[in-house]
Amino acid sequence: MSPLATKPPKPAATNPEIIRNFCIIAHIDHGKSTLADRMLQATGVVTPREMKAQYLDRMDIERERGITIKSQAVRMPWEVDGVNYALNMIDTPGHVDFTYEVSRSLAACEGALLLVDAAQGIEAQTLANLYLAMENDLTIIPVLNKIDLPAAQPEKYAEELANLIGVEPDEVLRVSGKTGEGVEDLLNRIVELLPAPQGEPDSPARAMIFDSVYDSYRGVVTYVRVVDGKLSPRQKIKMMSTGAEHELLEIGVISPEPKPTDGLAVGEVGYLITGVKDVRLSRVGDTVTSAQKSATEELGGYEDPKPMVFSGLFPIDGSDYPALRDALDKLQLNDAALVYEPETSAALGFGFRCGFLGLLHLEIVRERLEREFNLDLISTAPNVIYDVVAEDGTSQRVTNPSEFPEGKVATIREPMVACTIIAPNEFVGAIMELCQSRRGTMGGMDYLSQDRVELRYRLPLAEIVFDFFDQLKSKTRGYASLDWKFDGEEEADLVKVDILLQGEKVDAFSAITHRDKAYSYGTMMTGKLRELIPRQQFEVPIQAAIGSRIIARENIRAMRKDVLSKCYGGDISRKRKLLEKQKEGKKRMKMVGRVEVPQEAFIAALSSGEESKDKAKK
Amino acid sequence: MPAQPIGAPAPLHGRIPAGSAVRCEERDFSLYVHVPFCSVRCGYCDFNTYATDDFGNGVGLGSYAQDAVAELEFAQRVLRESGVPDRPLYSIFFGGGTPTKLPAADLVTVLQSAIELFGLQKGAEVTTEANPDSVTRDDLFELRAGGFTRVSFGMQSVIPSVLEVLDRTHTPANVPKVVQWAKEAGLQVSVDLIYGTPGETLEQWRESAQAAVSYQPDHISAYSLIIEEGTKLAAQIRRGDYQMPDNDLMADMYLAAEEIFSAGGYHWYEVSNYSTTEATRSRHNYAYWRNQDWWGIGPGAHSHINGTRWWNLKHPVPYAHKVREGLSPAAAREVLSAETRRFEDIMLQVRVIDGLHISKLDGSRSPQDIESSLDWLQAQGLIEPRARSEGRVQLTLQGRLLGDAVTRELLPDL
Repeated sequence: MSPLATKPPKPAATNPEIIRNFCIIAHIDHGKSTLADRMLQATGVVTPREMKAQYLDRMDIERERGITIKSQAVRMPWEVDGVNYALNMIDTPGHVDFTYEVSRSLAACEGALLLVDAAQGIEAQTLANLYLAMENDLTIIPVLNKIDLPAAQPEKYAEELANLIGVEPDEVLRVSGKTGEGVEDLLNRIVELLPAPQGEPDSPARAMIFDSVYDSYRGVVTYVRVVDGKLSPRQKIKMMSTGAEHELLEIGVISPEPKPTDGLAVGEVGYLITGVKDVRLSRVGDTVTSAQKSATEELGGYEDPKPMVFSGLFPIDGSDYPALRDALDKLQLNDAALVYEPETSAALGFGFRCGFLGLLHLEIVRERLEREFNLDLISTAPNVIYDVVAEDGTSQRVTNPSEFPEGKVATIREPMVACTIIAPNEFVGAIMELCQSRRGTMGGMDYLSQDRVELRYRLPLAEIVFDFFDQLKSKTRGYASLDWKFDGEEEADLVKVDILLQGEKVDAFSAITHRDKAYSYGTMMTGKLRELIPRQQFEVPIQAAIGSRIIARENIRAMRKDVLSKCYGGDISRKRKLLEKQKEGKKRMKMVGRVEVPQEAFIAALSSGEESKDKAKK
Repeated sequence: MPAQPIGAPAPLHGRIPAGSAVRCEERDFSLYVHVPFCSVRCGYCDFNTYATDDFGNGVGLGSYAQDAVAELEFAQRVLRESGVPDRPLYSIFFGGGTPTKLPAADLVTVLQSAIELFGLQKGAEVTTEANPDSVTRDDLFELRAGGFTRVSFGMQSVIPSVLEVLDRTHTPANVPKVVQWAKEAGLQVSVDLIYGTPGETLEQWRESAQAAVSYQPDHISAYSLIIEEGTKLAAQIRRGDYQMPDNDLMADMYLAAEEIFSAGGYHWYEVSNYSTTEATRSRHNYAYWRNQDWWGIGPGAHSHINGTRWWNLKHPVPYAHKVREGLSPAAAREVLSAETRRFEDIMLQVRVIDGLHISKLDGSRSPQDIESSLDWLQAQGLIEPRARSEGRVQLTLQGRLLGDAVTRELLPDL
């Protein structure tokens, strides 16, 4: 029987001494959500009847992909030696795109569970988040999960973890989220090892926002950790970064559904609702204080989200443009990092140039637009921000190949990333080859254990946004894990490659590449298009060019015969319907000059390289 | 037969809407008679035809003529009831199937009854299709005596391997013989050819085209093979037994035909049709391309009266039951809007040598749009500049190869 708390502590009147705030750092698939499920059950906040897998992941997309995008914070009672404790588990996103959100979640905790699959060992992103947690001075509890698996090697990986954080291997806890083994012991250790939060109960209130979620019924729900003072219902609060004031309509804790309380006090974690409708008015990292008796100093660490990867999103059916705009407006309510502005492409029509935190963010936004808003979209190849200085010394930020200056440029600087890759040592050669082909320079290499290696590379961001991760996975049979962070800018010899159909530039296919790669991009794209664009009534040259210099060329031969041979009395209705269908099909074609390009050609040509090359071979 | 189009329900009384009954006197009226019998089913054929003589239920080859006459009587009554004035027939065409599966006497019975009911214009053309293997010299004389003026033989090819892929059973050597007999009987003669059969080479096609010319018929039709869904040949191609001929080869075959027919004294007058003179063009088919009126007799036959199209029940048994009860055998129909009629006019008239009157396009798009389409077609060498200056769209040789592209360019936006 689990030692369910007999008298759970009351929110707003909880002594910080009996509060423990923690998060879980884990790699995708290492069982974080399952372990969280077991803790919800063990502490009795979810009854067996209410239980469902990945209880805390609310979005379909989270459940399907097994990832956490939005944070959650659950208050769980737990009794140890007759004392009732309040444990706040903050479920955080695990992906590099959301590093800033992770850092804010970590800042809301005193401790972190480092959760590692006992059959896989630590992965690059986990390592990165672990370092982040250590920088935040969090107490780390190392935990090996999935010890029930036949392939589990708890001894081996306990040693790996022990080496990483400087503990003894037997201090590494062993649990199974699947069977529940070790979960109660883990809860006890959280109480025992993690420090209680500290704060000034009598100072002006200060609470840090670590996530903000838009709910269509209630408006924005803001998750906060109270550092000093107390927040109460009906109180006027102020956002310190903007000075905006709101009334607290509701404040409470989540256990595991939202429950209004009399307020939140020092060390407590919960939510607040002010009636605002846009998460950008309640930003992650901002400090909430009381309007009457305001704090003078922010908690610090607030940053505006900075989009790093850009892509054009265009509706396949041009008439969906207003729907796409509405959908982006709605998504932005819940995603302060998403930025967009209208863009017009000669080839793709009206759409939006969107900025994302990274590739996963792009993929998620795109998928949500398609699924939740039922839109069919084309996204252009993602690109990064370039700093282009013209010969006259004027500098320009370029987020779109179409903005690339036509004239002479003095210098171009591109964003760089520092990558960490962890993989079994047998793949080191393949990884080095890949990184070198992506203009990487090696920073170092360390053995985490006898057969697992950490490689550090500095790479241009542009080289990893397209298909780097897929390539890495395929070259390492899925074993490698990748993490990266921004690492300044560097000058590079970059050029814009344009693709021309029958002499007309197709803006959607223009790309900024390194000069050494321009030729291979040109031949790849012209080759792909030759396969993808159907024959027309005339020959269509496809060219790749840097400025006016042609670097690659293919030809689509003319369609020489296109006429229905027989058309007699009984054929007329059928033939008419065929032509109507062809006309209808033509409407869905994008016209480049006189060349009809099917939507599918754009989609296939813009989808990642290898895949469509394979298709072309078939 | 291909799946019939989807249409609106057709009324059992068969009367046509008032909108289609007006000003019919300005339009030519023809008759198509569909004979749905064959000895064997050819692998490429998707026409409504059956390799049996007897469907049971008292329906079969033996009852065909009688049922066809019943529908003819029904047609006369219904047109009158609809307010369409009586019009003597402009042309009659017996197609199939294999019309000559019927005894020549039955064909003549149906023809005579049609003439009796509707009358025949002076110079009317009366054609029957015929299989070179199943028709005798006597049959041809009997048909001529019974009122037929023209016969069309399904020759397809002279290459045995090509005929085999097509499942055609006739002996190529029979063709010149039957052509000769038909001429002796005083019939105009047409032969049908098919090119682009899987496996056929350009040389083999040239040989067939040359052979057709050497028989000196009055008229030659040359169709590229269309692989229709649901045919045996389509399945064979799907299975990989045969390769679809490639688009370039088809184009070369068309050009070869053009060259051989021209050299033999034949002139194109429709994308797939050639004749020795203007007088030997197929008057009946030309009526289709001019979008005139016709009544289709027989199972699955299509009819068109001034903007109303309908098509009969496909199977001979339900068809026969309907006509025997004096009810319309139509399966469905469509009443065309003015826009759709224009669409069809464009689609059909582009195909023929007289071409499309550019004035037909007036109002379909802005005059500038129409002009720029025509400019482009002319720049591409697809339409004749001279005909354009006379107000017509006439395809060049290049334009005939890309006829559908030209049509799509001229059609109004949907």
